[in-house]
Amino acid sequence: MNDVSAFQLFIGVILANNFVLATFLGLCPFLGVSGRLDSALPMGIATTFVILVASICAYGLNILLVMLNLEFLRLISYIVIIASAVQLVEMVLKKYSPTLFRALGIYLPLITTNCAVLYVAVNQTSNNFSFVQALSYALGGGIGFTLALVLMASVRERLQLSNVPTLVQGTALSLMLGGILSLCFMGFAGVGG
Amino acid sequence: MSTSTTLEQFMEGIWKQNPTFVMVLGMCPTLAVTTSAINALSMGAATLFVLVFSCWLISVMRNIIPKEVRIATYVVIIATFVTVVDYAIQAISLKLYDALGAFISLIVVNCIILGRAEAHASKNTPLNAMLNATGVGIGFIIGLLSLGVVREVLGAGKLFGVSLFGANFQPWVVMVLPPGGFFVLGCWLLIFAAWERRKQKKESTQ
Amino acid sequence: MTELNTQTSEEAAPPKAATPTGSMIATLGLVAAICGLIIVGAYQLTLDAVEQNKVIKERRAVEKVMPDAKSVVGYYVFDDQKIEPVENVDKEPKKYPAAKLKFFAGYDAAGTLLGIAAEGSAKGYADQVRVMFAYSEACQCINGMTVVSMKETPGIGDKADPTKEDIVDKQFMKNFVALDVKLAQDMKALANEVKTVKHGRKANPWEIDAIAGATITSKAIGKGINASAQALLPKVVPNLDKIRSKKP
Repeated sequence: MNDVSAFQLFIGVILANNFVLATFLGLCPFLGVSGRLDSALPMGIATTFVILVASICAYGLNILLVMLNLEFLRLISYIVIIASAVQLVEMVLKKYSPTLFRALGIYLPLITTNCAVLYVAVNQTSNNFSFVQALSYALGGGIGFTLALVLMASVRERLQLSNVPTLVQGTALSLMLGGILSLCFMGFAGVGG
Repeated sequence: MSTSTTLEQFMEGIWKQNPTFVMVLGMCPTLAVTTSAINALSMGAATLFVLVFSCWLISVMRNIIPKEVRIATYVVIIATFVTVVDYAIQAISLKLYDALGAFISLIVVNCIILGRAEAHASKNTPLNAMLNATGVGIGFIIGLLSLGVVREVLGAGKLFGVSLFGANFQPWVVMVLPPGGFFVLGCWLLIFAAWERRKQKKESTQ
Repeated sequence: MTELNTQTSEEAAPPKAATPTGSMIATLGLVAAICGLIIVGAYQLTLDAVEQNKVIKERRAVEKVMPDAKSVVGYYVFDDQKIEPVENVDKEPKKYPAAKLKFFAGYDAAGTLLGIAAEGSAKGYADQVRVMFAYSEACQCINGMTVVSMKETPGIGDKADPTKEDIVDKQFMKNFVALDVKLAQDMKALANEVKTVKHGRKANPWEIDAIAGATITSKAIGKGINASAQALLPKVVPNLDKIRSKKP
């Protein structure tokens, strides 16, 4: 995939290969946190930040692992990096924006188990992305995730005012919504090379 | 522990606390790799392996893992077994490895495993931990298969690669595409909710 | 799932029953050692099987595109156009430059060169589409293609996959009987780039007629073949004499 330009990667991963709607990543927060817009947006931004930090660290770590011939430690070291990145984000947020920290609450540490973060790290390695490509992919991935979350939250907020049968409410409804959103995004196929 | 409790611990993962339908955990692989029944089964088997062995090791070490860093330790142990399964699948079948793709590595962040470790394995003997993990793993396989079978039959007219309908069958292709995954799981959850409601109605009228 | 952030909880809870740092480090070290051993053990155990599987997969694809070849040898070609057998390079990788391209040479029973095969890949609808194509010196064209791996839409994209004999689009496969890839005068690139055109619009021997309704997958195959041919053929074709007969 090295011939794909960074810009194509960026646009592609937001639209055609949206992490949530096409690649099925980050579904737990997608189904769990997307009830309200004002919790969905900060979650998306925090996740984007963690993805970026994790991607940069993974890039450097991979170079080190290859040099030392320790490639089989890749998965373990990536997950440790991600856990540390989340910890770092938490500490930074707590110091510089305590309101945001409190707003995100429990969801912040849960970013560690967000498949999207680990996926970005693993994928950029297996596709041999250059540093710029990895950054665009990471940034685009986070933005795509946030986009999906925000879209879902907006629709769900509206739905609270409509007459939805109790049987369907909850996760089943979110999944159906997700399916329709995913169907729409399929129209972007081919965007981004 | 009496055998009935041990059996209960095993069964609860399969039905009462089924990870897919009741706890709604591990959604990412559930939707991503269930485009065919064999992929669903393989992913389930791989997750079961990681579940059982991680819970075993965590349970064995439960008294010496310091509680301040327990989550980090659990994750490292889980990542170890995922790496093992990754190599094992590569050695068994490259075709399967290609089909499951990155989601093998993503077993590490499957909430089911971490949840089981934290809730159960860290507080029980190794044998109980393994039994419970096996039950939950089987429950997960059932969840995965229920999606994989439906999506493959509707979306490709096949089951485990065997063509079911004749050549004139027009496959409902969206079923094997991402939206189909969302829809099929949504339907299953709906069926479960309806079933639960009927059960509650029966119990309240009796 | 309970709190994952154990550090903030430490500040709130009283410090009693906190594990002393020394024993924490010791336990973590123990865990790390055990996990390390398990991983290394699994890696060593499966290494041979994994390598073998990869080789078998490659060979199968090569045999599919060069069915007349009785024996196949893998080669690497370097930027300076030197060609070396794969096993020599893998034995002493440090002796050779890092930038290299892989291809396979097929020989008949007498040991004469029949053609070469190489892989190409590009992003299709869902993920990377990897193909193996065979090049014949006599026609300066590609005379065989097979899919190594693809995750395209079943029933649509996989019509381009000749390993799926029941649904492959035979018209599409005709594109790869004599796909023109002759080199330009300066031998530095292909005379005409391999391009996938809309179904029914093929006008030149270096074009690929896409499958109707599966344009993205068809384009991916075209892009993959083009990228690979552009990189490989200018280096290998002028040097075919070096591998003309099979080394004993």
